[in-house]
Amino acid sequence: MNRKKLVIVGNGMAPGRMLEDLFEKNREAYDVTIFNAEPRVNYNRLMLSPVLSGEKTYEDIITHGDDWYAENGVTLHKSARVSEIDREARTVTSENGITASYDKLVIATGSSPFIIPLPGKDLDGVLTYRDLDDVERMLETAKRGGRAVVIGGGLLGLEAAAGLRMQGMDVTVLHLMPTLMERQLDPSAGFLLEEEFKRRGIDVRTKANSHEILGDDTGKVRGIRLDDGTEIEASIIVMAVGIRPSVDLARAIGLDTNRGILVGDDMRTSDENIFALGECVEHRGMCYGLVAPLYEMARVIAENLLDGVDAYAGSATATKLKVTGVDLYSAGDFAEGEDREEIVLRDASAGVYKRLVLKDNKIIGAVLYGETSDGPWFFDLLKKGTDVSEMRETLIFGQAYQGGAPLDPTAAVAALPDDAEICGCNGVCKGKIVGTIKEKGLTTLDGVRAHTKASNSCGTCTGLVEQLMQITLGDAYNPAAVTPMCGCTTLGHDDVRRLIKSKELKTIPAVMQELEWTSSGGCAKCRPALNYYLVSDWPDEYADDYQSRFINERVHANIQKDGTYSVVPRMWGGQTSSTELRAIADVVDKFSIPTVKVTGGQRIDMLGIRKEDLPAVWADLGKAGFVSGHAYAKGLRTVKTCVGTDWCRFGTQDSTGLGVRIEKFMWGSWTPAKVKMAVSGCPRNCAEATCKDVGVICVDSGYEIHFAGAAGLDIKGTEVLGLVKTEDEALEHIVAVVQMYREQGRYLERIYKWAKRIGYDEVRRQIMDDADKRKSYFDRFVFSQKFAQVDPWSERVSGKDKHEFRPMAVITREAAE
Amino acid sequence: MTAEIRNWVPVGQLEDIPREGARCVRNGEMTIAVFRTATDDIYALEDKCPHRNGPLSQGIVHDGCVTCPLHNWVISLETGTAQGADEGQTLAFPVRVEETRIYIDLSYSHEVA
Ligand SMILES: Cc1cc2nc3c(=O)[nH]c(=O)nc-3n(C[C@H](O)[C@H](O)[C@H](O)COP(=O)(O)OP(=O)(O)OC[C@H]3O[C@@H](n4cnc5c(N)ncnc54)[C@H](O)[C@@H]3O)c2cc1C
Ligand code: SF4
Ligand code: SF4
Ligand code: FES
Repeated sequence: MNRKKLVIVGNGMAPGRMLEDLFEKNREAYDVTIFNAEPRVNYNRLMLSPVLSGEKTYEDIITHGDDWYAENGVTLHKSARVSEIDREARTVTSENGITASYDKLVIATGSSPFIIPLPGKDLDGVLTYRDLDDVERMLETAKRGGRAVVIGGGLLGLEAAAGLRMQGMDVTVLHLMPTLMERQLDPSAGFLLEEEFKRRGIDVRTKANSHEILGDDTGKVRGIRLDDGTEIEASIIVMAVGIRPSVDLARAIGLDTNRGILVGDDMRTSDENIFALGECVEHRGMCYGLVAPLYEMARVIAENLLDGVDAYAGSATATKLKVTGVDLYSAGDFAEGEDREEIVLRDASAGVYKRLVLKDNKIIGAVLYGETSDGPWFFDLLKKGTDVSEMRETLIFGQAYQGGAPLDPTAAVAALPDDAEICGCNGVCKGKIVGTIKEKGLTTLDGVRAHTKASNSCGTCTGLVEQLMQITLGDAYNPAAVTPMCGCTTLGHDDVRRLIKSKELKTIPAVMQELEWTSSGGCAKCRPALNYYLVSDWPDEYADDYQSRFINERVHANIQKDGTYSVVPRMWGGQTSSTELRAIADVVDKFSIPTVKVTGGQRIDMLGIRKEDLPAVWADLGKAGFVSGHAYAKGLRTVKTCVGTDWCRFGTQDSTGLGVRIEKFMWGSWTPAKVKMAVSGCPRNCAEATCKDVGVICVDSGYEIHFAGAAGLDIKGTEVLGLVKTEDEALEHIVAVVQMYREQGRYLERIYKWAKRIGYDEVRRQIMDDADKRKSYFDRFVFSQKFAQVDPWSERVSGKDKHEFRPMAVITREAAE
Repeated sequence: MTAEIRNWVPVGQLEDIPREGARCVRNGEMTIAVFRTATDDIYALEDKCPHRNGPLSQGIVHDGCVTCPLHNWVISLETGTAQGADEGQTLAFPVRVEETRIYIDLSYSHEVA
């Protein structure tokens, strides 16, 4: 029988599978000829990473060896890149001059790594990660040691980085986005991954934009420079920033192409005798970069080559990172959305994060970190579109938990044996806790913490400890109800603050992971609070997250009801001058500012400024020496003063001078809620210091310091903190009390509420009576001011956050028609 | 049968918008807020809160929603509807992202039901 001729261009994983499918159905239908640009047989590209890390050899990863081709009568031309296809004559010709004719042709050219067009990209030592040759080149350099820089923190880049590290190189990963593998992982899982890589001694830099690759005189790579000027030495640079479908050949012969080679559901290109297969394909607008969909395509082509009518309908994909010791799985679509629900499970002590995204009671996305054994099960439910409402409650715990009646959590704890470990950090077992409660007659959580250390460190076992108290004490246990910060956690503000310090949590994703937030990204209530806590606790290390700030603090002006802004420059202690007033008058004229008003805090408010004008307004004000008045901030606002001994016949001290000094010392600091102060020169109190957050009444013998007043929603006179003799002492005490509040206050809790909560006497004891405590509060404030006292207006005049103030686009009428 | 007319207008690049942030697009009298979520999804709403016209582009973006900066209504980025007990809807525009380019369909919007 005269067999038909099948020619395949490219011998990657997809055609390898296709031939297996084809031969299984019918070994006799075709004479097969393969052209491959690579000088070798078919191997498992996925396993290149274990070859790179040394865990496998090339021989281990061969799919079809030479004997397979012989047995199946397949002609394989190695090192034969196809350069011409004649569709009329139905022949293909390779660069090295081999021609073959076909009845059916399969183009499976895969894809090629994307090379960022950086200066220096052609230097010796700049590599990509795609085939065995790349791996061999990397292994060769690794022998010489030194540093490798991997550009790209996606799947390939991270596998390359881990492999090179295992080969003994120092490794830096540069990633453009804020979190690793952002296309497969949500930020929480990306954070865990980054931590794991750092633990392995890999230097991970996110938001890193490469600028130029540096070479030496011999044309070899010697390092890389980033946009911010940082230079990193390197003996190799691996670019792993993405792939592009290889479509040049198909395009050259006039097949329809877009990003990939366009195919219909039958996998035929625009020429009915030519199929396309694998990563080079674009099907229904999708190009795939993982093998599972390619294998489905392979099956469809095998069927259609035998005159069947199979159709490919697109695939959902799942990703696993193959780095030994890192368990990570992601599948489907895990974007946030209003019609979607999410189920999040975090187990901080085990380093586990799981998130399922549901829509209409079906799983549409899954991200698993640390514990991925249920990945395939979730993926199966996802692909089948199984309705999961029946198992919702236990779904996230995995397949093993299904089927049984849902456990009553308290009963489960009661059933635990006495030697079951409850607190992993401190190694406290159930028997110890129950015994101690009985023996010491403990009735509070704090008591149990003090006596057993259980839940005293990371606090994640608090729930278990409380359940044990419930079981042991019955109704005698009445937990003080803690109001959770928001719907994303069961922890209250105080617990969160305590844990941020004790667990040294220094980023918002870290807090959410370690404290087991139940939402993936927090909400508008907890994010600003966490941002403040981190700014306040780690002033030198934490990078302020502007997207977690309320708009006023993000753009450093006050939003008004019509979406315009108001601007209030600082007038130190409420003093101004003719030059300043003139500058303000000029700005008001120049920008046609509709309203100018004197505020209650002794300064001038310009209202109705368009957002786009803000930087220009600030620039003009800055020229006259003005800085931001932080009239928008949860931070130090104003220090009102009276004229004191300068002018007033009753004045006892230089109240204006002290007010200016306090303001200059403390401006720029962030606080849980706004802080307003005042200094009056005598008890007549013209500056109204006795209804402020902190106030000073000057007297002949010194300075009487007040705190915890209010004149807003609530009205409350201040409490007296104490009397001090000198201005220096007054400053130290005021700073110390504010710092104490900064460290202990709950977000949005004004000083008067905080002080009432912890007790006025306690504040007096720490600030007035305990000189060491006072001094250490003072020192911590001074330290944090080093990072806080930057005028936000001048920063923005010089270009920071430009995007905030300009529209992204202006659509002209014509274009919009 | 009426053909669906789509008018995809390019408005910028993904990187132009900070994650969990928004940028404005001026379209004649109307301002459109274009949002980018933590997971890099893009949504477009008229920059006008259904409550009292607050500029939604200035709000905090979280969990597929934006919280209005004026009185904390929470608005769905996908549909423009107010969440929870509040009632109202703002215009939502279809968005397409190709590679990193963002397009908005100005011919079409989910009208208030
Ligand atoms: C390091 C690494 C790790 C990976 N890990 C995973 C993973 O964990 N999970 C997963 O699903 N996927 C993974 N992938 C992706 C997966 O390997 C690819 O999706 C798959 O191999 C693509 O198969 P293909 O047949 O379409 O193309 P390829 O396997 O790329 O094969 C194309 C072949 O065609 C040849 N060729 C190109 N042009 C011509 C021409 N004109 N003439 C002749 N020959 C030509 C090329 O030399 C190449 O050999 C990984 C990829 C790499 C590089
Ligand atoms: S508070 Fe006393 S010193 Fe100050 S202006 Fe009034 S009367 Fe004069
Ligand atoms: S008193 Fe009320 S209305 Fe007046 S400025 Fe303050 S918040 Fe606005
Ligand atoms: S205007 Fe948006 S909440 Fe009031």
